[in-house]
Amino acid sequence: MEALDIFATASLWSAVLRIATPLIFGTLGALICERAGVLNLGIEGIMTLGAMVAWMTVYQGGNLWIGLLVAALCGGLFGLLHALLTVPLGLSQHVTGLGITLFASSLTYYVYRLSLPVTSSPPTIEPFQPLAIPGLSDIPFFGEAFFTQTAPTYLALFTVLLTAYLLARTPLGLAIRMTGENPHAVEAQGLNPVRIRIGAIVAGSALMALGGAFLTTATFNSFFPTMVQGRGWVCIALVVFASWRPGKALLGALLFALFDAYQLRLQHVIESAIPYQLFLMVPYVLSIVALVVMSRRAKVPQALMAPYRKGER
Amino acid sequence: MNRETVLELAHISKHFGKLIANDDISLTLGKGELLALLGENGAGKTTLMNVLFGHYTADGGQVSAFGEILPPGKPRAAIEAGIGMVHQHFTLAGNLTVLDNVMIGTERLGLLRSGRKQAAAKLRGLSERFGLQVEPDAFVADLSVGEKQRVEILKALYRDARILILDEPTAVLTQIEAEQLFQTLRGMTDTGLSVIFISHKLAEVMAASDRVVILRGGRTVAEKRTSDTNRAELAELMVGRRVVRPVRTDQAPGRNILSASKVDIVEDGRKLLDGIDFTVRAGEILGIIGVSGNGQAALGQLTCGLRGADTGALVYDGNQANGFSPRMLVTSGTGRIPEDRNTEGAIAEMAIWENAVLERIHEKRFSAYGFVNRARCRDYATELIDRFDIRGAAPDTRTGLLSGGNMQKMILGRNLAASPKLIIANQPTRGLDEGAIAAVHAELLAARKDGAAILLISEDLDEVLALSDTIQAIFKGRLSAPLSAEDADSRTVGLMMAGIWEASHAA
Repeated sequence: MEALDIFATASLWSAVLRIATPLIFGTLGALICERAGVLNLGIEGIMTLGAMVAWMTVYQGGNLWIGLLVAALCGGLFGLLHALLTVPLGLSQHVTGLGITLFASSLTYYVYRLSLPVTSSPPTIEPFQPLAIPGLSDIPFFGEAFFTQTAPTYLALFTVLLTAYLLARTPLGLAIRMTGENPHAVEAQGLNPVRIRIGAIVAGSALMALGGAFLTTATFNSFFPTMVQGRGWVCIALVVFASWRPGKALLGALLFALFDAYQLRLQHVIESAIPYQLFLMVPYVLSIVALVVMSRRAKVPQALMAPYRKGER
Repeated sequence: MNRETVLELAHISKHFGKLIANDDISLTLGKGELLALLGENGAGKTTLMNVLFGHYTADGGQVSAFGEILPPGKPRAAIEAGIGMVHQHFTLAGNLTVLDNVMIGTERLGLLRSGRKQAAAKLRGLSERFGLQVEPDAFVADLSVGEKQRVEILKALYRDARILILDEPTAVLTQIEAEQLFQTLRGMTDTGLSVIFISHKLAEVMAASDRVVILRGGRTVAEKRTSDTNRAELAELMVGRRVVRPVRTDQAPGRNILSASKVDIVEDGRKLLDGIDFTVRAGEILGIIGVSGNGQAALGQLTCGLRGADTGALVYDGNQANGFSPRMLVTSGTGRIPEDRNTEGAIAEMAIWENAVLERIHEKRFSAYGFVNRARCRDYATELIDRFDIRGAAPDTRTGLLSGGNMQKMILGRNLAASPKLIIANQPTRGLDEGAIAAVHAELLAARKDGAAILLISEDLDEVLALSDTIQAIFKGRLSAPLSAEDADSRTVGLMMAGIWEASHAA
C-alpha cells in the first residue's frame, strides 16, 4: 500500500525531527514552569516573539546563534513579566498568560511592521544548514533520517537530557519539583519558593522563545505573524500528555510531529479524494486521543496554579 | 534537677491587626526536656511557635537557642541553630518520595549532582536509631497519616535538630499511634534532644510531659511541673474557669427511630460495612466507638443519606429502605453533624446566615416564588447565634472566620433548632477545645432529654463513655453487640475497639 510506504522513506523521519524541534523546546519550557507550579499560557506569544526577534537579529546582520541568544533573552524577559504578575502578586495564571500571549504577539507584529513597513513578500535570511554527523550520517536510511539535522535540533535533544537530569538529579531540580508540589514545604526548609518560581518561569520562557526562533532560523527562513499557528497550545497539551516528565515530552513531540509529517505526505498519495483540511486535522485529533489515553493517571503537580503567599495556608 | 537551658523565648509579643496573639510571653526549655505547651484553640500556641521558627516576625521580644540570639523571620536561621518544626498541617509533597521530602533544602542549589545515596543511608540510620520506620523510596501520598508524621520528624532529625517542636502532633493520630509517638519522643529526650509539643488534650499532657506551660488569651497563665499538678487544675488554668463536662441522667428510651439490619456496603470488592445491626431509640444515645478508618466514614454516609446499603435494610421511623435521600432526611426531621465540618458541614466562603438556612432554604419562611427572604434568614441566624452562644459571629460574618468550636456550634444549632427526632453526630468534638466540648455535650444531652434519638460516632473513649446509653464498637466494618452503659468501663470498651468483643463479654 502506498499510504504505508511513506513510513519507509527517510525524508519522513528526517521531517519528523525537524517538525518536532520547536515543540520540544516549547514543551520543555512549559514543563519547567509547571513543575514549579505556574502555568504559562504566554507560550504562544513568547514563541511568536522568539521567531521574530531571532529572524530580525539575523536579518540585521547578526550571526544565527546570536539570533537564538537574543530570542532566548527576550523570551526570558517576557517570562519575568509573567512571573512578577503571577508569583509575588499572585494574579490568575490563566488570565495573565493569555494577556502575555496577546501582548507579545501584538508587540512582535508591531515591531516587525515598524522595521519593515512595506514588503509584499516577507524577506528571507540564510538559515541553519543541515549538519551531517560524521560517521553516523553515513549509515544508510538512519543517517539521512536522523543524523543530518540542523544544529538547533541536536540542541533540542540535548536540552531534553539536560532538563531530565536537572529535575531528577540535582538539588535545584528537587527544589523546583517541590515548589510545584508544596511551596510551604520549601519555605519550611529554609528555601525561598518565590525566587525558585520566578527563576523557573524565566528559564522556561527562554526555551519557549528558542522554539519559536527555530521556525524562522531553520524552517521557514522568513517571519510572518501567524507562523506559530497554535504550536504553543500544542506544547501545553503535550506537557499533560507527558505527565510532566521530560522524556515523555520528547516522545509526545515526536509523535505529534510524526502525525503532522505523515499527513503532509499522505495528501499527495491520496490526492483529491479527500479534502486536505481533513488531513490537517489529523495530528490534532490524534493528539486528543493520545492525551485521553496517556494522561488519565498523570501525577499533576499539586500546587500547580495555586499562588503562594507566605504565612498563608 | 537543673537542666542546661537550650532555648529561651523572652518577652515575645505578636499581634495580627487588632488581635493580640502573643502578649509578652517568655519561656525556657531545658536539655532533654519534654515540655508541653497547653492552651485552648486561639490561645496563641501556634503563633508563638511560628515566631520561634521564623515563619512570623515578632513585634517584640527575642528568641535565643544555645545562647545565640536568632535573627527574626528567618526559618533558615532557626534550622541552622538546630531547631526542627513539625507543623500540624504537614508540609510534605505527596507526589515525591520520602527521600525527596527529607532532602529538600539540605544541599546547595548550585550542586551539579545531589548525593542521594549518602542521604538515603543517613535517613535509614536515623530511622533505625529512633525507631521511626519509613521506606525512603516510597511516595508520600501512599503513606498513612502516622507515617507522614514520621517523615516530618525525620526531616527535622536529618537536619541535626537538637530542639524539636511539634504543633498538635496527635490531632490526626489514632490513640495507638499517639502512644507510639510519645514513646518515640521520650526516646529522643533520653538521648539529649529537647522537645516542645503543643496540645489542648489534658490526658496526653499529663501522661507524656515533664513540664507544662499554660497559655490563655495570648498570655502565659501558669507553668507547672507535670508531677505537681493534675488534670482538673490544668483544665481550670487552660479555660480560665471551672469546666465541668455535663453528666448524663438516666431516662427510659422510647420507640425505635432508626435501625439497621445486616447492612453491607461494598466498594471495589472490599466490605466497608460488614453485616451491621443497630437500633437507636427516642431519648437514647447510641455510641459507636472505634479507631478511625474502621468503617465510620461509610456508616456516616449511610445514615446521612449519601449512599445506600448494598444489602440489608434500614428502618427509619417505620419506613424501610436500603437508603434515604438527604432531602427526605431533612424534611422528616434529621439533624446531621458531619465528620469534617470544614468540607461537609459548612461552606467557609459563605456568610453565617447562608449556612444557617442551607438545608431549609426551601421552607416557606425563608424563600417564596424563587426569591430568598434575606431578612428572615438573618433573623434566624441571629436566633441561632444567641441561643447556641456562637462567639465572634454576626449573621453576615464569613463562616470561615469562626473558630472550630464556634463553627461546630453553628452546625449543631442549625440542626437542633428544629427539634429533630434523629441526630447523626459523626466525631462531633474532633479538634475542639475543652470549653467547646462541654458545650457540644450539653447540647446533645439536651436534645436527648427532648426525646431525640442520637447516633454518636466517635473515636474519643471518654466522650462515648460519658454520653452513651448503649455502646457498640466498630472494627474492620463490623459492629459489636450492644453493651449497655452500666456494663461499660474503659478497659472493656478499649478491648472492643481492638475487635476483641467476644472476650470482653466473658470478662
